[in-house]
Amino acid sequence: MDYLIMVIITFGALFVLFAAIGIVRMPDLYLRLSVTTKAATLGVGMILISGAVYFSEPSMTTRALAVVFFLLLNAPVGAHLIGKASYFAGIPLWKKTVLDDIKGSKDDYLALKNGEDEDRNKNTDTESQKPEADV
Amino acid sequence: MTLHYYLQVVILPILALSAILIFIRLLIGPSLSDRVVALDLLITTAIGTISVFAVIFDEKDYLDVAIILALIAFLTTVAFAYYIEKQIKR
Repeated sequence: MDYLIMVIITFGALFVLFAAIGIVRMPDLYLRLSVTTKAATLGVGMILISGAVYFSEPSMTTRALAVVFFLLLNAPVGAHLIGKASYFAGIPLWKKTVLDDIKGSKDDYLALKNGEDEDRNKNTDTESQKPEADV
Repeated sequence: MTLHYYLQVVILPILALSAILIFIRLLIGPSLSDRVVALDLLITTAIGTISVFAVIFDEKDYLDVAIILALIAFLTTVAFAYYIEKQIKR
C-alpha cells in the first residue's frame, strides 16, 4: 500500500512542478491560465487521492473527494472569468497567436453589459415612479 | 525507505520548489491578471502541501483547512475578476 501511495503522490507532485514551471515560462496570460486549470488541478487531485488512500477511512475519503470536487468545479469557472475580464481589459495576446475568435467583439460585450445595466435602471425607475403616479 | 521519510525528502522539496517558482511569477507578473492567476495557483499548491502534511503528521483535521482554502481561492479569483471587469473602458 505504501508503494501505491508513493507512486500516486510522486506523479501529483511532478504535475504541480510542471504547472509551476509552465506559469514561469509561458509567454502569455492565456497560456498561463491553461496551465493553472489543467496541470495543477490534476496534480493536487492526485495528491489528495493518495492522502485518502493512506488514511482509508470513509470520513477522510469524503473530505478529499470534496476538495477534488471543489477544485474541478472552480478552476474552469475562475479561469473563464479571469480570461474574459482580462481580454476585454486589453491584456495583449502572444504575438504568435494564430486564431482569435472573439476579435473585435468588445463593442458587443460593452453593449451587452451596459444594456443590462440600463434595463435594470429603467426597471428600478419605473418601480420608483409607480407609487408617485398612484399618489 | 519508509513513506514518511520519502514524503519529507522528495515530495515536500518538489512542492516547495514549485511554490518558489510560482512566487517568481507573482512578483514579476506584468499585469494584475498574471498576479491573480499566480495567487490562485499558489493557493492550489498550498492545498497539496497541506494534504502531504496531513499524511506526514498523521493528523486528520488538516484536510478541513484544505477545504476552506479551496473555497477561498475561488472567492478571491471571482472577486478580482469582478474588479478587473470594472476597469474596462470604452
